[in-house]
Amino acid sequence: MSTTESTPDQVETEVVVDPNAVSLTINGKTVAARKGELIIAAADRTSDFIPRFCYHPRMKPVGMCRQCLVEVEGPRGPMMVVSCMTPVAEGQVVHTATEQVKKAQEGILELLLANHPLDCPVCDKGGECPLQDQAFSHGPGESRYVEEKRHYEKPIPISDLVFLDRERCILCDRCTRFASEVAGDPLISFTHRGNNTQVLTFPDEPFASYFSGNTVQICPVGALTAKPYRFKARPWDLEETQSTCTSCSVGCATVIQSSRDQVLRFQGHDNDEVNWGWLCDRGRFNFESINSENRFTTPLVRENASLVPTSWSKALEVAARTIRMAVSSKGANSVAILGGARLANEDARAWALLANNLGLTMHDAQLDDGLSTEVFHLPQATINDATSATTVILLSPDLKEELPVLYLRLRDAATKNRTRIIEFTTKASGLTRYAWKSVNYEPGAQVAAVAAALNDSEIANQMRKGNVVIVLGRANLAESSDFTAQAYNAIATAFPAVTVLPVLRRGNIRGAVAAGLASENNARSILTAASEGHIECLILLGADPLSDVPDLDLVRRALAGAQNVIAVDTFPTASTLRADVVLPAAAYAERGGTTTNLEGRILPLSQKITARGTSRPDWMIATELAEQLGADIGVESINDLTAIEVPAQALQVLSAAGISAPERNSYDLRLVVSRKMYDNAVSTVTSPSLAQLSIGAGIYLNPRDIERLGAPVGKDVKVSTSLKSVILTLHADESVLKGTAWVPFNQPGTDIRELLNANDLIVDVRVENLS
Amino acid sequence: MTSTYAHAPGFVAGDRPKIVTSRFEFSDSYTIERYLATNGYAGLRAALAQPATSVHDEVKNATVLGRGGAGFPAGTKWGLTPQEVWPRYLVVNGDESEPGTYKDRLLMERDPHQLIEGCLIACYSAGLSRCFLYIRGEMALAQERVATALNEAYAAGYVGKNILGSKFSVDIVLHWGAGAYVVGEETALIESLEGNRGMPRLKPPFFPAANGLYGQPTIVNNVETLANLPWLLCNGSEAYTAIGTKTSPGTRMVAVSGHVKRPGVFEIINGVTTFRDLLYGEEFCGGIRNDNQLKAFVPGGGSAPWFTPDQLDLPFEASQVGPAGSMLGSGAIMVMDHTTDIPAAALTLTRFYAHESCGKCTPCREGGTWLERILTRVVEGTGTDADLDQLIEVGSSICPGDFPHASNADLGLAAVPFPYKMTTICFVGPSAYAPVHSALTLFRSEFEARVTTRKRIPVTAVANSTAGYAS
Repeated sequence: MSTTESTPDQVETEVVVDPNAVSLTINGKTVAARKGELIIAAADRTSDFIPRFCYHPRMKPVGMCRQCLVEVEGPRGPMMVVSCMTPVAEGQVVHTATEQVKKAQEGILELLLANHPLDCPVCDKGGECPLQDQAFSHGPGESRYVEEKRHYEKPIPISDLVFLDRERCILCDRCTRFASEVAGDPLISFTHRGNNTQVLTFPDEPFASYFSGNTVQICPVGALTAKPYRFKARPWDLEETQSTCTSCSVGCATVIQSSRDQVLRFQGHDNDEVNWGWLCDRGRFNFESINSENRFTTPLVRENASLVPTSWSKALEVAARTIRMAVSSKGANSVAILGGARLANEDARAWALLANNLGLTMHDAQLDDGLSTEVFHLPQATINDATSATTVILLSPDLKEELPVLYLRLRDAATKNRTRIIEFTTKASGLTRYAWKSVNYEPGAQVAAVAAALNDSEIANQMRKGNVVIVLGRANLAESSDFTAQAYNAIATAFPAVTVLPVLRRGNIRGAVAAGLASENNARSILTAASEGHIECLILLGADPLSDVPDLDLVRRALAGAQNVIAVDTFPTASTLRADVVLPAAAYAERGGTTTNLEGRILPLSQKITARGTSRPDWMIATELAEQLGADIGVESINDLTAIEVPAQALQVLSAAGISAPERNSYDLRLVVSRKMYDNAVSTVTSPSLAQLSIGAGIYLNPRDIERLGAPVGKDVKVSTSLKSVILTLHADESVLKGTAWVPFNQPGTDIRELLNANDLIVDVRVENLS
Repeated sequence: MTSTYAHAPGFVAGDRPKIVTSRFEFSDSYTIERYLATNGYAGLRAALAQPATSVHDEVKNATVLGRGGAGFPAGTKWGLTPQEVWPRYLVVNGDESEPGTYKDRLLMERDPHQLIEGCLIACYSAGLSRCFLYIRGEMALAQERVATALNEAYAAGYVGKNILGSKFSVDIVLHWGAGAYVVGEETALIESLEGNRGMPRLKPPFFPAANGLYGQPTIVNNVETLANLPWLLCNGSEAYTAIGTKTSPGTRMVAVSGHVKRPGVFEIINGVTTFRDLLYGEEFCGGIRNDNQLKAFVPGGGSAPWFTPDQLDLPFEASQVGPAGSMLGSGAIMVMDHTTDIPAAALTLTRFYAHESCGKCTPCREGGTWLERILTRVVEGTGTDADLDQLIEVGSSICPGDFPHASNADLGLAAVPFPYKMTTICFVGPSAYAPVHSALTLFRSEFEARVTTRKRIPVTAVANSTAGYAS
C-alpha cells in the first residue's frame, strides 16, 4: 500500500497529468489518490477516521467485519459500501459520517460487541484495544443484547508462544490471513459456521510459525495473547520508544515498551523499506534475555583461577596493563580483537579508533562463518530492489531460518508474481515452494550447478528480462566459502549488471565492518595465530568463538594459546569462562546509537531502560580503556562517533581460491551444516519462552539414504569422518538432498563442529548403526 | 418396459407447453436410451451444425432468464467474459438449497442428460472446454443419476474429445458439495470448488465472469437455465419467445410446498401464469388443503418477503413482483393457510438462515442468531413487547433503510418495492431478516398476542436492594 509521493525533483518539472491520479471527495474535502487505492486508505490521509477491524494495509482486504461502511453517491442515490473493498474513482463522492452511516456503523459495533465478553479490566488488550477504542468513538454506547453470550474453553494454547481466547474473538480474519497470506503457514483457520464460527488450529497441529507473534500484535481484540507478555503490564503503564531489532541483520523497525525500567514487549513498527511492520518470533520475544538474571552486572578479573567481581577502575587497569604489556613485549600484532557485530555503529567506531590508535592489525567482526567482507564492495541492492527485481537468485542460507523477515518480503514478491526466484540450495528451504526454479546441488558442486543453470536457455532468458539481484550469503558451514564466491563470480561474469544483497546474518556486522572492525587478517588467521602462541591478548568483543566458529578444535587451541583474554560482553558464554578480565557491556535497549542493516541502511537504536548493574555501553568502555592506555581517540561523547562508511572500493567479482571439491565416495554422505532460527544463541537460551524451541542436535538424511543404510530412525548413529566421530540421533527428512546429510548448527546436544576443520573444502561423513 | 408414473409427483398431464419436464412422465427418463428416443442430443447436433456465435445469438434472442434467483439473461451473462482470456470455465450451480426449492433436484434426477446437453451447448457457444458440475451434497440420487448419465454420455461420445466428430471438446467434472446453503451463492460455490471454505467473495473485484474459478473468467449458470437449451436449439428462439411474455419468455419450474392440496413441481408459463392459477388451478395445486383460507405465501424461496391473498393475481413476472415488494427468486412457493402459526413459521425460516450463515460478515453471523433468539423467546411466550421493536432494530443493522414488503388493503399498507439495501456481502443475512420483517409487518397482532408488556422495575425497589447490600 505504499503511496508514491512525488520527489522534490519532480515538483519542479512541468506539470504532467498522471494517468494514475484520481481525485475524489471525502466529506466535502478533495482528496488526491492513486488508481486502485481503496477508499479507506485514501481517507486515512484526511482527518476523517473510518472505523475498521479486518482491514490491514499490509494484507489483502476481505470485507469481513463490515465496520468501515460508508456512503458513496451513485446514480441511484447514496450506496452503502465497505470502504476497505471499494477502490477510489475519479469524482467519487464519499460520506463517512452521515446519519445513515453512523447508524450502520453503530449497528455493526453493537453486533460485534453482542458476543464479546466485556472482560476489559482483566484483558491484556484493554487500553490499546481497537474494539474498545472504536466502541467509544463509533459505538452506540449501550447494548441491547440480553441473551447469553457464546462460551468456549478459554484460553487455549495454539502454539508454544500464543494463546487463543475464542470468546473475545470478533472473527476479523486478520490472524488467519496473516498466517496464510503473509507467513505462508496456513495453520490456523476458520472452523464451524454461523454463530459458532471460530478460529482454530488443525487437530494435533500447533500454530508453529516463526511469525506467530505478529498475529498477537495485529489482533484487534485480546483474543490472541503472547505467553511472554500475558498479564505483565497494562498498556497505559508502558513507555515506548522506536528502535531497530539487531537479532539478525535485516534491521526490522521495532518499538521497545517498558514499565518500571524493565523491557516488557517488542512490537513491530512499519518501515516501508525493511520489515513492513512484521517481526519474527525470535526478534519479538528475545527481549526476555535483557531481563535475565544471568547477565554480567559488574566487572570481573581472574584471581586464583576464578573470576571475581571487582571495580571498573581495577578491571580497566588490569585490561590496560595486559594490552600495554602485549604491545610492548610482542608488538601490536600480538593484540587481537574478535567480534563487534553485537555493537552499535558508535561502539564499533570507538573500538576501531582504539585499534587504529594502537596500530592493531588483527581484528575481525566475523567469526569465520560468513563470507569475505568484499561482498560489501560489490554493486549493492536494497531489500526493495530485490523485491521489485524481475529475478532474484538465492546463493544464500535458508532465509526463513536466518533472516526471517527478508524471507517474508521475498515470499511476498514471489507470490504476487512480481519476482521470479531462482534458488541454488543444498536442502529445500523456506523459499523453495515459492521459487520459480530451485536447483539442488551437493556441497562443493555449486559452481557446476550455476554453470549448468546459466547454460539453460529458459533461465538465461529470464535473467535477461530485467533486473537481477543476487542474495549472497554462507549456506553451509561445512563447506569452503570459496565455492560460493566462485558461483557468484560465474554469474557476475556472465551478467555484469547483477546487484548483490549481502546476507551476512549477524546483527550489526555491516556496521562493524564499515566502522573499521575488519582487518586484512580474518578470524581464521587470528585464531590460527593464537593457537600458535602469537597472540598475547585476545579481546572478545561480544564474541563467543567457542559457540560460533565452525572449527571447534581451532578455537579450543586458540583460546588455550592466547596468553590473556579480555571479554567485553553482556552474558557469560563458553568463551567468557576463559577470560582473564570481563567488562560488562550494556545490552540492547540499554544503550542508544545507530545500527547498519544488511543493505547498509543506518537505523536508530534507542535506549529505553538503564543498564543492568554497572554495565556500560561498549563505546564508553573503549574510550575509558583508551584513556588508561594514554591513547587519544578524541571521543568524549557518543556524538563524536558518527559512523563513517569507508569509501567503497568497487569490486565486480570476489577473490576466490581456485579450488574444486574432491569426488564423493558413494558410501559417504556430504555434510551440510546450517542454522535454525532457534539455537543456542545467547539471546535465545536466556529467553525462557524461546529456550525450549530449538530442535536439538541430530542428523537428518533423505529417507532413501536411510533405507539404503538400513539405519534406525529416532535412534543414535555414529557419524564419522576419517579422523573423528560423534554420536547423533538420526532423523528422516525429505527436504535433505539424497547423498547429503544435514546437521543443524549450534543446537543443544552433541556438537557437530567436532568434525569440522577450517581447511576442509567439504566434509564427507559416514553414518553407521551403533549396534 | 416403459410405463408412466401413475401419479408422478410434480407432473400433471395437460396441454401446457413443456420445455424442461417433457420426459418426466417416463419412469426411465434418466437413461440415455429414453433420452435418445425422445429427441435427445438433437439440440447439441443442431448447435454443432452452426457457428458458436449464432448459437450465442439464438440464446440472446430467446432471452433465457437465469433460473437461479437473480433472473439475469444467460445470453448476456455469457457475453460479459473478457475477450481473449483463457482458460475460462462453465460452473453449473446444482447446489439448490433455498428452502422450498427442489426443481433442480428433479431435473437432475429425472433428466440428467438434458442438463449435460445444456452444458455442452453452453460450452460450445461460449467457447469453453471445461465444465464443473457442482451438485449439492445431500442430493444422493441426483449425484448418482448425473454420474451415471455422464458416464453414458462419455461412452457414447457426447462428452469428451471431438464431440460427434467435430473439433469441439469438453470435459465435465462432477463435484459434490459438503452441505452448506451459502455455497449456492456463486462466489462461495467457486471458493468451495477450489477446495476452500465456502464463503462468498466480494463483488467487485470477484465478478465470476471476469475473475472466477482459479482467477479465470467463469460463467456460473443454474441447472434449469441450462436444461432449457436443448429445447431452444431444437425449436429456435422464435418458438421459445412465443411462450410467455416478452420480458419473461418460456416456461419456468415452480416448486410448491405447504398447505395446498397437491404440492409439487410444475412447469408454468413465464409471465402469464398467476399465483392464483398455480395455487387454485385444477391442473396445478388444486386449491388450499381442506379448502381452508389462504393466509400468506412466500413467492420466491424462503428468503423472499411474503405475499398475502392481495397479491394472488400477480403473474410470474419479475417486473411486476419486484415493485409489489418481493421476488420470484428460485421459484419456490410456500403456502400458509389460516391455521398457520405465523411467528413460528417465521422462526423456522430465520433459524435456517442463522444456522447457515458462513460466519464471514458480522451482521449476518451475529444478527441472524440474535434474531433467532429473540424470535424463539416470542414464540415460546416469554418475550416482551420491546422484543418486537428489537427485531426490527437488529434487522436494520443487516438491511438499513426501508425493507421491501407487500401492500395490504386491510392494514392500509403500501408496497415497498424490492430490492433492499444490505450491510453484508451476500443475501444470507437479509434472508434471515426477510421472514421476520414480513411476518411482523403483515401479522403484527399475532406477535403482540404472544408477548407480555414489559414492566419497569420501580426505582425504589432498586434503591432498596442496593441499600440491603450496603448494610
